[in-house]
Amino acid sequence: MNRATIDAWVGVFVAAGFAALLFLALKVGNLATFSSAQTYQVQAKFANIGGLKIRAPIKSAGVVVGRVSEVRFDNESYEALVTLNLDTQYQFPRDTAAKILTSGLLGEQYIGLEAGGDGVMLKQDDRLRLTQSAVVLENLISQFLFSKAAEDKDAKEKK
Amino acid sequence: MTEGKQAGGLRRLFERLGAAVTARIWRLGFAARFFGYMLLHSGTALRRFQLTIREIYFAGVQSLIIILVSGLFVGMVLGLQGYETLQRYGSSEALGVLVALSLVRELGPVVAGLLFASRAGSAITAEIGLMKATEQIAAMEMMAVDPIARVVAPRFWAGVISMPLLAALFSAMGIFGGYLVGVKLIGVDEGAFWSQMQASVDLREDILNGVIKSTVFGIAVTWIAVFEGYDAQPTAEGVSSATTRTVVTSSLAILALDFMLTALMFTGGNAR
Repeated sequence: MNRATIDAWVGVFVAAGFAALLFLALKVGNLATFSSAQTYQVQAKFANIGGLKIRAPIKSAGVVVGRVSEVRFDNESYEALVTLNLDTQYQFPRDTAAKILTSGLLGEQYIGLEAGGDGVMLKQDDRLRLTQSAVVLENLISQFLFSKAAEDKDAKEKK
Repeated sequence: MTEGKQAGGLRRLFERLGAAVTARIWRLGFAARFFGYMLLHSGTALRRFQLTIREIYFAGVQSLIIILVSGLFVGMVLGLQGYETLQRYGSSEALGVLVALSLVRELGPVVAGLLFASRAGSAITAEIGLMKATEQIAAMEMMAVDPIARVVAPRFWAGVISMPLLAALFSAMGIFGGYLVGVKLIGVDEGAFWSQMQASVDLREDILNGVIKSTVFGIAVTWIAVFEGYDAQPTAEGVSSATTRTVVTSSLAILALDFMLTALMFTGGNAR
């Protein structure tokens, strides 16, 4: 086999290899969401974060506007301190509310932001005041059972 | 009398154990020195890149068929099996995620590495071993040509360059296979297949780590292959046992390294 043929085949091989990498990066990994865009950090305290993980999406009106960058336990208030990494192209009023929501019944948890009406926008290192914790299924069930029991008791007393 | 005999037997036992351990460790040290020497004398392989290109042809291009076909079939099997399991939980749209993540993170680098070890690694060992057996290496030394720079280093670099490309091709082909079975054959929604995949495969976390893994496997496999070839007994039997050792050792090395790399790469984020 002469040198030119070998060179050509190696060229094809290397090009195909890089094409495969590019395919993985663009079509599979979606380079578009990998944004090196500017972000700003705000913090929020939650009484219970449920199963929220680092890198969980932050959505507003269903659109991903950032990712959770840090989850910590606050020793003073005994609450979870979550750092939200928001894209600078999305600005939110200062009285924006943050909720921990679940996508689907058993899906992953994310933070939903609901914009408020304040004229002043959130800045770096601001804190979100209005937060709503994750819904814990066990609490929900026990609440339901207790209220059911209370109802039955009321009904009996009335008789 | 009998006591002295027993002590002698015990002593021989320990001697044998010691000799075996020393020989193993010496060989490991030799392999490490060989690796260092090879890196130091890689100048020729990189300056006269034509030497390396020739070896990329033998190690990389000739492994293409087996890598592409196996990738396609592995992806197709993943598509079928993944669908079977996922549809029980009513989440067959997550098939794309399952196929892509398992290929990019684990199966791509590992299976491509195993195939590469048995297809190219064994060939490298046999070639270098036969060169040694037919005294070509000794002849080179006589002509003041460094066989490590001229024969070993180009093969090593060719393996290190080829392996990540082969693993990427394997993963891409596997995802295509999963797409064929999942979307075209079974009828999973095409949009959900790709969009869910794109939403959960991360460029740095998954794809870059896969590339790093396959590069590490490439280094391990070709290092073992060139070392076994260079260290082979210069006989027909020696070359054949060296070839076997290459495939066995590099397969084990790939699996062990894969566990370590996975533990390092993919547990940090979730454990916190």
